[in-house]
Amino acid sequence: MSDGRGNSRRFHTIIALVEDRPGVLNRIASKWRQRGFNIESLAVGHSETPGLSRMTLVVDASHDAEQVVKQLDKLIDVVDIRDVSDEDIVAREMALIKVRCDAGNRSHIIEVVDIFRANIIDVSPESVIVEVTGDEGKIDAIFELLRPYGVIEMVRTGRVAMLRGSAASHPPLHEEYDRYPGQETW
Amino acid sequence: MEMTGAEMVLEALAREGVEVIFGLPGGANLPIYDTLPKFYPKIRHYLVRHEQGAAHAADAYARVTGKVGVCMATSGPGATNLVTGIANAWMDSVPLVAITGCVIRPLIGRDAFQEADITGITIPITKHNYLVLSANDIPRVIREAFYIARTGRPGPVLIDIPRDVQQERGQFYWPEKVELRGYRPPVYPDPDAVEKAAQLIYESERPLILAGHGVIIAQAFYELRELAERANIPVIATLLGISCFPPDHPLYLGMPGMHGMHWNNLAISEADLLVAIGMRFDDRVTGRLKDFAPKAKVIHVEVDPAEVGKNVRPAVTLLGDARICLQQLNRLVQRRERPDWFARLDELKREYPSTVYPQDTEEILPQYVIDSIYRLSGGDAYFVTGVGQHQMWAAQFFYSKKPNSWITSGGLGTMGFEVPAAVGVQIAKPGELVWAICGDGGFQMTMEELGMVAEYDLPIKFAIINNGHHGMVRQWQSLFYRGNLVASPLKNPDFVKIAEAYGILGLRATRREEVVPVLERALEHQGPVLIDFHVKQHENCFPMVPPGASLQETIGLPKEYVELVRGRQSTEVGR
Repeated sequence: MSDGRGNSRRFHTIIALVEDRPGVLNRIASKWRQRGFNIESLAVGHSETPGLSRMTLVVDASHDAEQVVKQLDKLIDVVDIRDVSDEDIVAREMALIKVRCDAGNRSHIIEVVDIFRANIIDVSPESVIVEVTGDEGKIDAIFELLRPYGVIEMVRTGRVAMLRGSAASHPPLHEEYDRYPGQETW
Repeated sequence: MEMTGAEMVLEALAREGVEVIFGLPGGANLPIYDTLPKFYPKIRHYLVRHEQGAAHAADAYARVTGKVGVCMATSGPGATNLVTGIANAWMDSVPLVAITGCVIRPLIGRDAFQEADITGITIPITKHNYLVLSANDIPRVIREAFYIARTGRPGPVLIDIPRDVQQERGQFYWPEKVELRGYRPPVYPDPDAVEKAAQLIYESERPLILAGHGVIIAQAFYELRELAERANIPVIATLLGISCFPPDHPLYLGMPGMHGMHWNNLAISEADLLVAIGMRFDDRVTGRLKDFAPKAKVIHVEVDPAEVGKNVRPAVTLLGDARICLQQLNRLVQRRERPDWFARLDELKREYPSTVYPQDTEEILPQYVIDSIYRLSGGDAYFVTGVGQHQMWAAQFFYSKKPNSWITSGGLGTMGFEVPAAVGVQIAKPGELVWAICGDGGFQMTMEELGMVAEYDLPIKFAIINNGHHGMVRQWQSLFYRGNLVASPLKNPDFVKIAEAYGILGLRATRREEVVPVLERALEHQGPVLIDFHVKQHENCFPMVPPGASLQETIGLPKEYVELVRGRQSTEVGR
């Protein structure tokens, strides 16, 4: 896929610290929409700081993603944002998979679940719900193994990502600055 | 201090130093209007005839005063009518605060009468916007909105206030400081970058300055001139940069780009260094991007980090306020003579004249009208234009001794900007001469604002360059669409009668020899004047870079025009 300027697309992982206010999601999504870049996944929740949320986006975009990230950084509600695609990160996703089963094949499913260090969090006579955490590849793999039994539905949280090590993105201190008037002559 | 939301709005505006509001009342902002008389004459309200006019008038007022412009409209259609004006301010980085009434809180989201999701609609065309759900928030929101609008790269901010919030009583608390942890526009450039820039400037053999709107916004007129003179670099001003540098200065080269000076487009292609200040390499400036300035390194002086590297990769970036960047740079730059480069520029100016036109026509040439307006105004007026051919000619022939005296719609290219914008300029600058150079197409988009001109007796001089067409559309159709003139010819009204209907002096010129007498009459007249100039209908505006072409492929003036000055030293720029 191309962005119309001959640039090929790839997935970008972007983490952002944003104000926990109505409309923030709309403002951020709007910039990607304008460029026709699809948001593959989006995970938002409270951060360690009250009033601020942390967001992880995975976006299918060309290298112009850099331009969009800069524009997003200008949004008043975006405190900090960075594209961490090429950085050293840990990234995880959680999925819930509801699988059809009966007394005959339940133990087979439990075997698969154990191999993936997943959990069964709900059991009914005709189904189980499997909870699995890992990178996208692991979730895709367990899904493929469970599919033959009949997957009724699956829900995924989307990727959440964090930089490795002690590095963190901190909101910089605000410093009020007003332009002082210049000379109106040349 | 306890007061109503409406009182808080006006009290906060007064504390922000607002003296003028352009607006139109309606059901959802009546509480504010009801309170306005209490704040008169500290805050004066000007009644527009269409909300688009309120946004444009506030936009132009902001451009010439350097203050934040304020416009006001009711909910629904009032708010959506502002949208074009807000988008215009957004594209041209103009500080604007738009205050809209909103339906009462219990009705929001229920498709109430005159409801429109204006905060949703304006997300892509505002720096920020607010929906205020409690009267107590009003002072803080207004304080933040003005701060956001005027700092960094300026732009519009919209505040939507439900009618019942305007009526709600609350405590007025004026915050001492603005606290926005997600907003930190750059101010001071990196000192290493400044040093490197000075070095690049000194090393360059063929440098050019490209000065844009940022110079005007930062009021860096003096600093720009100092840089040009100290380092001995010629200055090109973009469409919105016009009037940032004295047009009669020997270092001034005029405008570049699609209808810019032919010599500039060629000079940019030969330059080895571009010092771009407060400009964003718009496609109308660069032509085909991959062939833009192939030999040049770029120093980009810019306040908006998102503009750096967007179109052109700079060798050095000075991220910060243009005036502060230039002040720091000016301490380090050194003079170099560069006789070969200046000789080459003189040669380009001689070989590729860009603003000559025949003087012996019977028909009125639009260039002649515009050139005459500048000559007769004594270099001491404000010039407001619409969008199209007349705008490009007005840019090419621009002459004024006043910094920041050129007000035009650049980025959005909003036809009809000229009428309300001229109103905004005249209200900001009473006693000054204000010309509105109008197209016959664009004028009809906003001519209802003649109502304001008449009501407030604003002595604006309107010159309609009437070629009976949407002129630029006709030009493109004749050059690129086989002359298939679809929907560009106009059946125009009698503009003189329209002026007279408003009690405004209407004049007309249909032959060349009438132009100067009519202009003199208009300048003598104390009040507003509208002049309908019937100009040659099929005159094309050149030079022109065809869409998608490179600057090197600029189409020059017609041969017979070039012949007029063949072999003569050009006096076109720097007259």
